[in-house]
Amino acid sequence: MGETITFWVLAVVSVSAALGLVFSRKAVYCALMLGVVMLSLAVLYAVQDAPFLAAVQIIVYTGAVMMLFLFVLMMVGVDSSDSLVETIRGQRFWAMIAGIGFAVLLALAVGQAAIGDPAGVTGANQRAGGNVPALAELIFTRHVFAFEVASALLITAALGAMVLAHRERTRPRPTQKDLAKARFVSGYPGPLPGPGTYARNNAIDMPARLPDGSVSELSVNRVIARHDVEDGRLPDDPELAEAIRQAAAEEEEHNASIAGPKEDR
Amino acid sequence: MTTHYLVLSALLFAIGAVGVLVRRNAIVVFMCVELMLNACNLAFVTFARQHGNLDGQLIAFFVMVVAAAEVVVGLAIIVTIFRTRRSASVDDANLLKY
Repeated sequence: MGETITFWVLAVVSVSAALGLVFSRKAVYCALMLGVVMLSLAVLYAVQDAPFLAAVQIIVYTGAVMMLFLFVLMMVGVDSSDSLVETIRGQRFWAMIAGIGFAVLLALAVGQAAIGDPAGVTGANQRAGGNVPALAELIFTRHVFAFEVASALLITAALGAMVLAHRERTRPRPTQKDLAKARFVSGYPGPLPGPGTYARNNAIDMPARLPDGSVSELSVNRVIARHDVEDGRLPDDPELAEAIRQAAAEEEEHNASIAGPKEDR
Repeated sequence: MTTHYLVLSALLFAIGAVGVLVRRNAIVVFMCVELMLNACNLAFVTFARQHGNLDGQLIAFFVMVVAAAEVVVGLAIIVTIFRTRRSASVDDANLLKY
């Protein structure tokens, strides 16, 4: 009885979280939804007499894999939400049809099969004295070759990730002298202005006011300014808004100079 | 109860497949692939219980190992593509086409 209740609650939670993963536009929400699905699956493993897998699911998936996803999301840019323009006409519609058809097909196939009562793994567990010893016995005897191959695979993956993420330095590392020169050439050798005496708020995306009361666009982070402009979160004060817009334009220019000319498609 | 678990696993797998087909952000596509792998794991664990032997749980464990390796390499590829193209959309990575 307890298992039935757990199953139905977690089934509803995991299916709705999976739907959220597919349909929410922001990538961070997708990651959170995937975390919910993984946690509910971990509980379902625990319910099905697989405590070791439940622990591994939480440690490896929700711990390591989700953190990796979130790190990469932050590197690539949190605001990289999907465009809603279809490149292939009718792709969404036919993908939905295919998905529903696939789900119905699988469900019917499972429903048609005559499945008896589960044998339960308690016997197999007790023979070796617990779930973990039983799994260990299998890994280190019958499946030891697969285990060794898995270790080779992990080393290869780690090396591959290092090779892929490595970037050769194309220009020599700037020395302290170069940095100092560049700072004086830039025309603003001092540190960037902080919120200032005349600040009216301490929000990080609001430009500071200089001692004479004028607005300094130097004080606002360009990336944050770009986000503000893209999301339309500009302050009412026209002077502040203009400073933010200017910083955002600088950021765009900077991005364009990094990316190089992008071909038209 | 086995049937219930298998149907849940099939549903999650189908939802993941739809996500792979519909989404354009490479990272989200990757998350949907992870969802499909998880759905398979649920089926493996369910079958292990159904047959009363632990091989299914063992295979689920190996699937997790392979999935972890796959995520590492895949995300490294996405980061590399993002560095050169400034975009994580699967539509922008079309250089092999021409």
